[in-house]
Amino acid sequence: MANYPASKPGSERHTLSVLVENRPGVLARVAGLFARRAFNINSLSVSSTERDDISRITVTADVEAVPLEQIIKQLNKLLHVLKIVELSDEEAVERELVLIKVKANEHNRSDVLEIVNLFRVRVVDVHPESLTIEATGAEGKLEALLRLLKPFGIIELVRSGAVAVTRGPKALSEKVLGSRITGR
Amino acid sequence: MSLPTPLQAFSSVPKDEGPDQAGTTPEGEAMTGAQALIRSLEDLGVRDVFGVPGGAILPTYDAIDDSVRFRFTLVRHEQAAGHAAEGYAVSTGRVGVCLVTSGPGATNMVTPIADAMMDSVPMVVVTGQVGVAAIGTDAFQEADIVGITYPVAKHSYLVTKAQDIPRVMTEAYHIAQSGRPGPVVVDLTKTAQNERMVYSWPQEMILPGYNPVTRAHGHVLTDAARLFAQSHRPVLYLGGGAMRSNARQQVERLIQVTGAPVVTTLPARGIIPDSDRAVLGMPGMHGTVAANGAIQHSDLLVAIGARFDDRVTGSLDDFAPVARVIHIDIDPAEIGKNRQADVPIVGDVSQVLDDLVPAIEEAQRTWGRPDLKPWWNLVESWRQDYPTTWEETPDGSLAPQWVVRTLSNKADPATIWVSGVGQHQMWASQFIDFERTRSWVSSSGLGTMGYGLPAAIGASIGTQDDEAPRPVWLIDGDGSFQMTSEELATAGQMGLPIRIAILNNSVYGMVRQWQTLFYGSHYSQTNLHDGDAREPGRTEIPDFVKLAEAYGCLGLRAFTKEEAQEAIDRANQVNDRPVLIDFRVWKDAMVWPMVPAGASNDTIIYKPGVQPLAGIRPEQEEQEPQERTGADRAAMANDAAGHMKK
Repeated sequence: MANYPASKPGSERHTLSVLVENRPGVLARVAGLFARRAFNINSLSVSSTERDDISRITVTADVEAVPLEQIIKQLNKLLHVLKIVELSDEEAVERELVLIKVKANEHNRSDVLEIVNLFRVRVVDVHPESLTIEATGAEGKLEALLRLLKPFGIIELVRSGAVAVTRGPKALSEKVLGSRITGR
Repeated sequence: MSLPTPLQAFSSVPKDEGPDQAGTTPEGEAMTGAQALIRSLEDLGVRDVFGVPGGAILPTYDAIDDSVRFRFTLVRHEQAAGHAAEGYAVSTGRVGVCLVTSGPGATNMVTPIADAMMDSVPMVVVTGQVGVAAIGTDAFQEADIVGITYPVAKHSYLVTKAQDIPRVMTEAYHIAQSGRPGPVVVDLTKTAQNERMVYSWPQEMILPGYNPVTRAHGHVLTDAARLFAQSHRPVLYLGGGAMRSNARQQVERLIQVTGAPVVTTLPARGIIPDSDRAVLGMPGMHGTVAANGAIQHSDLLVAIGARFDDRVTGSLDDFAPVARVIHIDIDPAEIGKNRQADVPIVGDVSQVLDDLVPAIEEAQRTWGRPDLKPWWNLVESWRQDYPTTWEETPDGSLAPQWVVRTLSNKADPATIWVSGVGQHQMWASQFIDFERTRSWVSSSGLGTMGYGLPAAIGASIGTQDDEAPRPVWLIDGDGSFQMTSEELATAGQMGLPIRIAILNNSVYGMVRQWQTLFYGSHYSQTNLHDGDAREPGRTEIPDFVKLAEAYGCLGLRAFTKEEAQEAIDRANQVNDRPVLIDFRVWKDAMVWPMVPAGASNDTIIYKPGVQPLAGIRPEQEEQEPQERTGADRAAMANDAAGHMKK
């Protein structure tokens, strides 16, 4: 079971939602585990949640199934990690926000705007030589948008990293309900 | 100019609850954080603490006075404090506690912390840290020990407020010894040590992310029991987890019910007495032919608190190729890590076996008890034909194996055996008769040379208060010993009855063995020149006898069997100070049997030219002939070993 590196060409994309205690050093511990196994992270986003004492880390990575299982087990050993769930496309909604600064002048601005309208995304800044586009969506949509904008010349690109939430009325944090985290 | 507050200073969540911690009433005794730390150790029932003082931990040392309820052992190097705490923990089952300073004091602890992590040794390490305002400023003796030890500690704390100390110590102590035991780091800022707080005990632990599973759940027990009932070539593969779980009784019961042979890994030596016929010895690289043969030919491999370490498995693809696997471990991450388990059982070894044995008895009522006679006949033939033995040396020097055997024969049965790391460690494992649990203290997973002497100190201190203090024999190598030999000062000053056998071959023996076998006998940087037996005109550095004497210990030397026996007898009589015996042994003695690293255990070389398991495949289960990775290396080693003999 040679699982190094954990990410190999052609590995399947996985999304993990990790609920952790909201305290310093937690991200370093989690990231350290990924680094140790050469786990190639596509995106990582960390934020506060509906509970003050819990933060949520969303990781997407291309990784083989066996090392992924081992990494989840190792993550579970971290005392600051409260819950780990692998989210599948069917059970969860996944979104990412990107800001794209694309070259656009008076000759081709309308072409760019046509694409913007087509994708129902927004322009948040206009300049005689550029347009900045804000787009939100699942990975497939964003990739398609980027492909279409590429010929105009992408000056700058920044992505928030994917965030995901399960469908239906339940919250992931319900599974750690009742656990007392505050008080220290 | 206002400086940004360092990130680590924001230690508590949430921020808006005011200075008092939610849920704790500030009732109790007013004191400083330093005093609270000492009081916490007392209230936890800690009996021994190992350490070295220093600037950032001074307030806490100031709180240690004559009335303190634990014994403090001042060592001479922080690494030794760590290994002493490990030796203490392994031999007593109690948590080892260390108290050291910040910066270099803390970084010197990294090796013992990593060692304790690998061997699942319960340990709490309290390190000093600079004041909160100085964190992140590269202050004098500042090191981010919490960050440094992330990958090698079970858990860690940075304590910035005095009020947190009793709760953090309660949690740290609990985490260290529960679940899969391990080292916990408590980094104690000088701010927290000096701050006033209100001490109360006991403390409520807040560990929402920590729930070790100790009992088996679901149908795994019946699945495992059915496998036992249906297998005719079972082997129980016992690891350090069985020792940590103190599972001798349960394992004995399992052996009784199943009749299966047992192999004991390095940290599990002695979990079942070696005199028990079920014990085939150690598996793996330097294991017995019987232990390796049994595993390779087994149809049911039952891993009990064992983790399929590469030194046990050799080439994983060729390890126990036709066996189904039951894997019992308290750490879910161990299961399926190296070998897929057919029946994974997460839980504490003792508790799982308590539940499993009745299930097996039940299954035997249904399916009957399998006849293991043919299996035992095969295993016994290996044991008879390939006993663990050695050959006399060609130059008249002592055979190191003979020394170990003689030490074992002459020792008090209650002896705690400690070793460093190297050839001597393997010989100790092979040639000592281990009859009791917690009688074998050795650095297994990390393989830390220099572990021996401090661990022996810890083991000796741990049993001093017992009704019958147990003698401690340290078997060490001249190389390994020199990595922490300064601790002779600790042992000498305390008058600890530690007996030290240095198997002095004047070289880094294990490295030399590999150089002989795999690197064309190119002895690059492995000559120590500290025991080149009786070569005239050569100065030996150090002179171990003089070194012992300089530290107030008795120093003896033995070149011959007579001298050795006399020295051992004399050492066994000394109870008021350490004794060191410099045994001059043959430089080219090798540890046999051996499986070259990465090769299949089928290639085991019993002695040069003899590969008893090569070519015979386990019966039934038509298998594709597998490619023997590492077989070439085995052949190479075998050839080289053959040449050595000529």
